[in-house]
Amino acid sequence: MSELSAIQKNMLKEIAGYEEIPEGAYNLRSNGALAGRRTTANIDIQTKTDKPGIDIIIKPGTKNERVDIPVILTETGLDDLVYNDFYIGEGADVLIVAGCGIHNAGGLKSEHDGIHAFHVGKNAKVKYVENHYGEGEGTGEKILNPTTEVEIDEGGYMEMETSQIRGVDSTYRKTKAKLGDRAILVIREKILTHGHQKATTDFLVDLDGVDSGAHVISRSVATEDSYQKYISCVNGNNRCNGHTECDAILMDNGQVDAVPMVNAHTTEARLIHEAAIGKIAGEQLDKLMTLGLTEKEAEEEIVNGFLR
Amino acid sequence: MLELKNVTFAVQTEFGEKKIIDNISLKIDEKFVAFTGPNGGGKSTLAKLIMGLYKPTSGKIYFDGTDITEMSITDRSKLGIGYAFQAPVKFKGITVRDLISIASGKKLNVTEICSYLSQVGLCAREYVDREVNNELSGGELKRIEIATAMAKSPKLTLFDEPEAGIDLWSFNNLISVFEKLEEQTNGSILIISHQERILNMAQRVIVITSGKVSQDGPKDEILPGLLSANVCKTLADNM
Repeated sequence: MSELSAIQKNMLKEIAGYEEIPEGAYNLRSNGALAGRRTTANIDIQTKTDKPGIDIIIKPGTKNERVDIPVILTETGLDDLVYNDFYIGEGADVLIVAGCGIHNAGGLKSEHDGIHAFHVGKNAKVKYVENHYGEGEGTGEKILNPTTEVEIDEGGYMEMETSQIRGVDSTYRKTKAKLGDRAILVIREKILTHGHQKATTDFLVDLDGVDSGAHVISRSVATEDSYQKYISCVNGNNRCNGHTECDAILMDNGQVDAVPMVNAHTTEARLIHEAAIGKIAGEQLDKLMTLGLTEKEAEEEIVNGFLR
Repeated sequence: MLELKNVTFAVQTEFGEKKIIDNISLKIDEKFVAFTGPNGGGKSTLAKLIMGLYKPTSGKIYFDGTDITEMSITDRSKLGIGYAFQAPVKFKGITVRDLISIASGKKLNVTEICSYLSQVGLCAREYVDREVNNELSGGELKRIEIATAMAKSPKLTLFDEPEAGIDLWSFNNLISVFEKLEEQTNGSILIISHQERILNMAQRVIVITSGKVSQDGPKDEILPGLLSANVCKTLADNM
């Protein structure tokens, strides 16, 4: 891998918490091109031949390994589209860390749209962490539109932790999932918007398998003049448990629309939806102020805890 | 240390103005003082006025000679006033570690946090990284609230009915927590309580009824009268 610039290292730190890619398989994409790759005995990464993107193939039974697939955009005016397919073999147990950082110092729009497809094999377990981050002194917009499609086979488990904290001007996140028998999906999403940013997140989960289950949990903070929309549709098509929850804090002129939807297509489906939107509770501010924080410090503490 | 001069707190109701606190003047210098009296008498409101959660309609409040009447909650806290809520506030995402660290004003390590939690009878390591949310029971929240007040170590701590909402077993532990606190703290304690065992620890007992001080004096003078009145009331209720 070529030496990373200071900006690239900082982007990596923001999206993945490190400046150097750790041990294990990885694929680094920088400004629309491959900037480094490592494969292991159990994890193969191949460049697609029909369209931009990669296939990540994890052998059945692979345990305690990780794959890092960070994407960095530092050129202004770049429009990057990739298709990444993940094949997680039967009985594997792995961590996948993705993320996209845009540093836009120019006046043109920079956009990265990642189309991710996960094929989670029978009894496989995967944790997928995805962080989105934007920065840069330029006036050009920073846009991220990720699409994630998930299929979980019998007894499979997937946990998605996605976050977009600051810096992304516009995002439309689309997540679709189909679950087989006894498959479980847990999604935890965190979004903080500011300025005039717009963020829409749209989940569609089909609980097709018997005893399948899904928890879709979103925590969001809309500050200044930003706007967020949360759409979540959980379809109970078999004996299953589904839960969708949107919890949002409004600050300044922030606005949030929430559309949590649960559809039970059989009497055996058990589905719950919750949505709570509002300002920070006055008593929470009072409590932290009695401990010596100013109102502004108390707000920051509450928001940081909420999005942790 | 604490002085209230002609403090009144009134609210507007559909029947006109209602005085929740009605022209109370008090000077408190003792180390352990208890407020008691019937529900709705104004005790909690008085504590909130002292902490700055409410501002008086008229009158003045002084702390260590400084006029704090118009001061913010934050400034009062920085001056050395602490407050343990009757119904502990719940958060999403804020942990026990966060709250106790904020209270102490510095980042604490696990051992230091544990020492505060052990004092309130919580098996510390289990709790350090738990969120202060609905998953904790009323008794657990109450103990964390008290541990937080202790970590702040203020010159004056207001405890608003620490016994409210906890079971008998926890209550017995709570009493020993306050016994220890009284021995160890350098600050003063102002506690609102209905419990004889807590009132018994106080040097001075002040009875607040209908927004006014109805009785005020050393524990030995006030408490026997209160208890016999209670006995009479219980007998009357039974008859």
